[in-house]
Amino acid sequence: MKLTAEETARAADFFTQAIAKLVKHPVRLMEVCGTHTVSIFRSGIRQLLPDTVELVSGPGCPVCVTPNEYLDTAIAYSGRKNTILTTFGDMLKVPGSQSTLMAEKTQGADIRIVYSPLDSLAVARENPEKVVIFLAVGFETTAPTAAATILQAEQQGLDNFFVLSAHKLVPPALRTILSAPDIRVDGFLLPGHTAAISGLAPYQFVASEYQVPAVVTGFEALDILQGIYMLLAQIANNKAEVANQYRRVVKPAGNEAACRILQQVYQPAPAIWRGFGEIADSGLVLKPQYSGFDAKARLPLAAVVTREPSGCRCGEVLCGRIRPEDCPHFGLSCTPEHPVGACMVSVEGACAAWYKYGQGRWNYA
Amino acid sequence: MCLAVPAKIIKRSEFLGTVDISGVTREVSLMLLPDAVVGDYVLVHAGFAIQAIDEEEALRTLELFKELEQYEIDS
Repeated sequence: MKLTAEETARAADFFTQAIAKLVKHPVRLMEVCGTHTVSIFRSGIRQLLPDTVELVSGPGCPVCVTPNEYLDTAIAYSGRKNTILTTFGDMLKVPGSQSTLMAEKTQGADIRIVYSPLDSLAVARENPEKVVIFLAVGFETTAPTAAATILQAEQQGLDNFFVLSAHKLVPPALRTILSAPDIRVDGFLLPGHTAAISGLAPYQFVASEYQVPAVVTGFEALDILQGIYMLLAQIANNKAEVANQYRRVVKPAGNEAACRILQQVYQPAPAIWRGFGEIADSGLVLKPQYSGFDAKARLPLAAVVTREPSGCRCGEVLCGRIRPEDCPHFGLSCTPEHPVGACMVSVEGACAAWYKYGQGRWNYA
Repeated sequence: MCLAVPAKIIKRSEFLGTVDISGVTREVSLMLLPDAVVGDYVLVHAGFAIQAIDEEEALRTLELFKELEQYEIDS
């Protein structure tokens, strides 16, 4: 069953009218996930909302929150002898302190784009005389795929496959935002696909401890409109709970098999987020019994020197402190062709989305 | 990065599934969704099926969207 264009338009009309009636005072809602940011722009939802509803992008773009030090380490590994790097495509253009993986690849480094972490194992099997390092970046959605790949590598007895891990967990970053006195968020559109793995429990503190409404939301335009409607209904009724708009995919307990595999291979650890600094228990590191797959432990590098680009306000964008157009680089010295900061690189980065969909009309509500 | 696409499982052999994604077939790992069976709709992310799509819930959402205009808008 599918909705006709007319049915979709009627449903969108219902939600936009209901939202306009529900909002009594200006509200600031954060769409945590970069995929939501892009979907909101593509479907023109900002233009449909009243001026009193502000949507602000959050930290849910893994490439964006990965600090320069990680990129610099990956770039250093790309110059290592007999080394192949495998990575998701969106890491290639992210600027490190001095270079990018793309620039290193152009100059001869063996860097291969993979669709799945499992593809790295085929590369490792075909190149037994070399080491293969997978750049393991991503949130709860992606981390189990890396964990499962490590279990496969172990089963296949591969001793030339490693990961450079920068996996992160979303809830601790939300706690940091909620604890910051200078960041106001009246409600969260929570990421549907991290919750598909973790379930709702890790997000309950948003409502129970901070009394802020939250709705786990899907990615179609009507899903997002319904998510915003559900948030505003909670706000209007002085309620704060973690609701689930995306019930067709998100079960309350998440994907327990995926969580088991994740917990078998990884354990929480402090991690540095661009814009946030270090957040306790927000990263994932390999458990001691899998440290044989840890590139950093097994393939030592000379110390990497890291610096952040001058004037770049990517970090403040990621926390919801400022909007992309408040950065002095935005659209001038920082464009998708010549990005200064990570948020302009990833297609899901807030700056890239604002630039692509908002050129010349950046003054959205 | 958390993009995931819906697909239908058309074949399964241990932890390897063949899925149909809008007419294109490809292999995905079922390690993260070991109980999936042929005929299930699943979400595919980075070469893995990461969650089953609940058809009843999906239909319920569509029905709700179809019937919305019958509801009074609260104010």
